[in-house]
Amino acid sequence: MAAAIEAARAGANVTVIEENERPGGQLFKQIHKFFGSGVHQAGTRGVQIGLNLLNEAEQAGVEIRLDTVVYGIFSDKRLGLVCGDHTEELAASVIILATGANENALAFPGWTLPGVMGAGAAQTLINIHRVLPGHRVLMVGAGNVGLIVSYQLLQAGAEVIAIIEALPYIGGYGVHASKVRRAGVPILVSHTLLRAAGTKRVEKAVISQVDKKWEPVPGTQEALEIDTICLAVGLSPLSELAWMAGCQFSYLPSLGGWVPVHDENMQSTLSGLYVAGDLAGIEEASTAMEEGRLAGLAAAQVLGYLSPEEGKARKAAVRERLDSLRIGSFGEGRAIAKQKIMEARFEK
Amino acid sequence: MRVEDHPILGKAEKRNEVTLLVDGEAITALEGEPIAAALLAVGRSVFRYTAKRREPRGVFCALGRCTDCVMVVDGRPNVRTCVTPARDGLVIQTQFGRGEKNATPDSDSKKD
Amino acid sequence: MKHFRKIEGVRRTGILSIKELESSPGYPSLKALQKGPIVVIECVQDIPCNPCEMACPKGAITVGNPITQLPVFDADKCDGCGTCIPVCPGQAIFRVDATYTEDKATVSFPFEYLPMPKKGDVVEGVNRGGEIVCKAEVLRVQKPKKYDHTAIITVAVPKHLVMEMRSMKRLKPE
Repeated sequence: MAAAIEAARAGANVTVIEENERPGGQLFKQIHKFFGSGVHQAGTRGVQIGLNLLNEAEQAGVEIRLDTVVYGIFSDKRLGLVCGDHTEELAASVIILATGANENALAFPGWTLPGVMGAGAAQTLINIHRVLPGHRVLMVGAGNVGLIVSYQLLQAGAEVIAIIEALPYIGGYGVHASKVRRAGVPILVSHTLLRAAGTKRVEKAVISQVDKKWEPVPGTQEALEIDTICLAVGLSPLSELAWMAGCQFSYLPSLGGWVPVHDENMQSTLSGLYVAGDLAGIEEASTAMEEGRLAGLAAAQVLGYLSPEEGKARKAAVRERLDSLRIGSFGEGRAIAKQKIMEARFEK
Repeated sequence: MRVEDHPILGKAEKRNEVTLLVDGEAITALEGEPIAAALLAVGRSVFRYTAKRREPRGVFCALGRCTDCVMVVDGRPNVRTCVTPARDGLVIQTQFGRGEKNATPDSDSKKD
Repeated sequence: MKHFRKIEGVRRTGILSIKELESSPGYPSLKALQKGPIVVIECVQDIPCNPCEMACPKGAITVGNPITQLPVFDADKCDGCGTCIPVCPGQAIFRVDATYTEDKATVSFPFEYLPMPKKGDVVEGVNRGGEIVCKAEVLRVQKPKKYDHTAIITVAVPKHLVMEMRSMKRLKPE
């Protein structure tokens, strides 16, 4: 949305293709207040940021096609679209891919039982559809998704029996962890899930401590009575369209795996194809929006809607804001990884 | 269970109610909500049984990518209930295997 | 295999250790606690974030640039208004008044659950680990629109728990 708004405001003709019945992506699930600074809308809930974007897009004259899937990108930047039973082709001068990410799965005996789901899935159910997926939840993963969704499950009325994390430390923000600890939720680091059991639904989870080699420590098994297991074990970019189009990729574990290589304007290795957001590397909502703005400005400039001077200045301002989000112990690793992506362009 | 009142989202908006027929049983849903949400709201966990081992499956990704939640809707199999809106009078059935017309719980599981 | 050096404190347990608290620039001194209502900022990680600095009407909180710097709290400028409490996205700011009575102190904490308690209720006060440490009488519940759904609940607790009690056990829905 941020990309569309910037490009449209500069004067470009912008169409957003959205496969869901509502645009806004993950923002509408984020009912917590965001971090960052004033320019990043710190203190505002994700839901409100999403609504603001929709308003801005409408005012900027962005065309949004809902319930429409891009099933392919063909040569000359032609897109294949399908909407219901109807297909069509759409020709574009510039394409910006902001297809986001998919939750990783974790396979263990019993993982296919109903009640085992992604943490993001639980978040969709409670915050968008307002239904509880269960009442007694085991959260697997203490990154920000695991911590935040645990808190939101409590707010929706579920009990979180425990959060387990295989690493010997909590990967997410300490403040998110502190909130759920105050609410009485144990966080067990160096723990793994051995198996889940149940007949029509998960009913029991067996967890165990792990040693430095990730092996279960004998004698530390514990059975938990739960009816829901949420998996918060990372995200991976949804990159099928970029693969299909022929973009070069680079493998960066800290950014979610295979990431399309791009330059400082968010342009992929294909001229006229840009990438932004979690697709360009798993980070967070604030960096996703800023990368979108950068891609939108770059696209507008390339199409002649922004002069080189104005384009350069405005892109520099966005890059400065991006840099300010990629600092500190939680951000500097991402700054290094994003730099590696840009350097990968020059590798054979 | 539905979240009627929420500390951040507030009270649930009033929405039109519709009736879904699920395996012969009438349940109330909110018009336009995903079928899966209506089923979870009434406490249903199992949406389908797998083709070979007849194992129960339910919601996994909740955004239309994994196909774990597919059911037979108005006679059409493999409908992703987590992204299909509830409309009045939809006939929904637990899907067995790939949802062939004659598939029943007692079907020989080898007959895929 | 990567060797992890022994990790302590909030990164391991989710609970701030006394060491982390006392060495953070947001933690008021013993002297400051004696002067009346004052805010306690329990923020120890370098997350890019500064709504507290922007919210304080008295300029008592400084984050500066880069915004990963921890908030530095000037107790002399703080009058305990609590404007910073609901804006902190980490819910890491509290207000305490160690001078409330001879044997009681007050603690104000952010709360985003239902059901909400009412003034006069006696709730179970918990510490940073969610363990019940005392009974607490609810003195005030503030949830104006400008707090954007974050309530501030003020309770009276035994004085010796003023730096320990940080929330209440969630109430069961009726």
